[in-house]
Amino acid sequence: MSKVNNILLAGVGGQGILLASEVISEVMLMAGLDVKKNEIHGMSQRGGSVVSHVRYGEKVYSSIIPEGEVDILFSFELLETCRYLPLLRKNGRAVVSDWKIAPPSVARGTVPYPKDLTQKICSQFPSSIIVDGLNLALAAGNAKTVNTVLLGALSNILDFDREMWLTALQQMIPSRLLDVNLKAFEAGCQAK
Amino acid sequence: MKKVLLSGNEAIARGTYEAGALVACAYPGTPSTEILENITQYQEIDASWAPNEKVALEVGIGACFGGARALVTMKHVGVNVAADPLFTLSYTGVRGGLVLVTADDPELHSSQNEQDNRNFAKFAKVPMFEPADSQEALEYTKLAFEVSEQFDTPVFLRSTTRISHSKSAVVLGERPTEIKKPDLERNPAKLVMLPGNARKLHPIIEQRTLDLEEWSCQQPFNTIEKGAGEVGVITSGVSYQYVKEAMPDADVLKLGMVYPLPKPLIREFAAKYKTLYVVEELDPFIEEQVRAMGIEVIGKDKISICGELTPGRVKGQLFDQDSPTEDTSAELPPRPPSMCPGCPHRGVFYELKKAKAYVSGDIGCYTLGFMPPLSAMDTCICMGASVGIATGISKVLSEEDKRKVVAVIGDSTFLHTGINGLMDMVYNKSTSTLIILDNRITAMTGRQENPTSGYQLNELEAPRVDLEQLCRAVGVRHVTILDPYDLAMTGKVIRAEMARPEVSVIITTKPCMLVPRDNQIPRPPLAVDNDKCTGCKACLQIGCPAIIWDSEKKKSIVDPIICTGCKVCLQTCRFDAFQECGEIS
Repeated sequence: MSKVNNILLAGVGGQGILLASEVISEVMLMAGLDVKKNEIHGMSQRGGSVVSHVRYGEKVYSSIIPEGEVDILFSFELLETCRYLPLLRKNGRAVVSDWKIAPPSVARGTVPYPKDLTQKICSQFPSSIIVDGLNLALAAGNAKTVNTVLLGALSNILDFDREMWLTALQQMIPSRLLDVNLKAFEAGCQAK
Repeated sequence: MKKVLLSGNEAIARGTYEAGALVACAYPGTPSTEILENITQYQEIDASWAPNEKVALEVGIGACFGGARALVTMKHVGVNVAADPLFTLSYTGVRGGLVLVTADDPELHSSQNEQDNRNFAKFAKVPMFEPADSQEALEYTKLAFEVSEQFDTPVFLRSTTRISHSKSAVVLGERPTEIKKPDLERNPAKLVMLPGNARKLHPIIEQRTLDLEEWSCQQPFNTIEKGAGEVGVITSGVSYQYVKEAMPDADVLKLGMVYPLPKPLIREFAAKYKTLYVVEELDPFIEEQVRAMGIEVIGKDKISICGELTPGRVKGQLFDQDSPTEDTSAELPPRPPSMCPGCPHRGVFYELKKAKAYVSGDIGCYTLGFMPPLSAMDTCICMGASVGIATGISKVLSEEDKRKVVAVIGDSTFLHTGINGLMDMVYNKSTSTLIILDNRITAMTGRQENPTSGYQLNELEAPRVDLEQLCRAVGVRHVTILDPYDLAMTGKVIRAEMARPEVSVIITTKPCMLVPRDNQIPRPPLAVDNDKCTGCKACLQIGCPAIIWDSEKKKSIVDPIICTGCKVCLQTCRFDAFQECGEIS
């Protein structure tokens, strides 16, 4: 059986994780692959920790990624990246926005936001890519396009036609927000 | 053939359309909610939210007695509410097909218990299909309607969170061009369940289960997949997918119908293996029945009854292998859900805590009042339970303690099953206080309309239940309407009504912050004046995600992107440090 590829998306409710996983899944479907994606709705939307699994290949059974077999941890927030780091396979990589969002206990001042998370990610998984998602999104014109910036960065390391990504974005994003999202995607593609 | 990506819930909606159903009814509940939301795209189907699951099923029953195919959906605990009509519908059978979707929630992602509703199939003597992906969700929905009519029975379709909320590729079909027109057909001997009629039907439904068992042995949804021939696995639903990942060489008997079980087929399969596994989430539902046939299996002695399965858990539990898990160490603070910035419930719980109330809580966003720092909820059992529990606990407490008891419920939950409790409060002369948090929407499940919102599922306007008049009509003499953003007044009213030796109701009237039609006038975000903030942390006690403690400057800051300008924080500050953005020079 040919290999199934596994992308785990992580972040905080409201960051657009589910839209990003929709876009990735549509690209895989366009490429003629079997694809499954999984996520939890409901309580987690209230600012909680959110994950979504995307798997693609010739034939995919489980929509949940087998533990320890994540190829790419695609994450929108630093702390959430580290929470799911143990699920990455050896030689896996993280594609991460270095945005920090304080969880409730940090916001209340009872514990500090953990330090040196970027170093932790890069020392364990040296091929990881850290993107200044928030500033690139602001430069594109809308703070809420961090997810699209990150999709641009992700598209650089996946072997699918750029046209497919653009088509998927056009299908998924309301027309009034399309221009700013295409700009954000481009900024992500250029990010080093 | 063109494939589209559909979630299990979208596929069930599509299957209902392709089955030619005319009616769909539900009460929202995670993970079932999106089925009805997706059915609204099919104009041919009359889709509606009912006030609770019992009413939803009764609407479905009526439609099917009229000769139409009807879908009814709910989360697992919703079937507890709908159980009364369900068990007798099993006796009457149907006219048009009736399919009841139960969306179970192994792992309790968004639920108050982890019940396994396959037990309802056996208990109510109703056949149950269980799809393993979105394509099967679509096909089994259509099949369930056919089986319903062929065997004259309601049919369960069981989903779980990982089926309902997973997307996979689906090939679509078409809706039949001709659908039988519903009409009136009297058949009281079949539909009036007096003892004399029901007694005659009981042996018929026992035979029906035997007939289904025999029939299902020959059907393609119960299939054997050959592997290396050494071990056998019996499985169904999403567990099948994990078996294929964890044990790729096993021979698999995949069950599409989990009740009744195809016993002759199971016997034939089991006879081939020395080692036979049953892999299923939650209860040993299949396992116990297989063991009762005298067949030895490995099942719940290895696989946990608690929690959902995953590929890693199947492998780990069956073969004692460790698999990695997410980092839950103390260095990484958890990120639980919390009330949204600007939520109208926040001030109520802040004041309930200050008043040292014993809070009998209920099911909704406001259950998050349990979370620190609000920490103002003492009980929460099920939909509507806050009211009866407040009555009951008040019966046994001293006069002093009795006054501390306050029941808290949302608008949708109050109409679901809370109103009955309020009638009891008045009728049996309780002295408790009930707070109805009316935010005009069923918020927790993703903002669905309800009889207090003024709109239907299809967004058409509808009459609005007047909660104040409703409470007065059942005999409550003291009803106070309250703006929950006014903390001083909220505290004053709560204390006054707690002290009153009579039933009283407080109704808060501010809408959910996430409903655009109710929040058309934007309010400017607040900011903290650094010169005035003394770092006393009083504002952090309201638990607003928009207020963040700056541990270096030792002052609070406001995140202007998510602040809604509700000004609850401003009222907790003794130093006047919160101001609208732009006011600070």
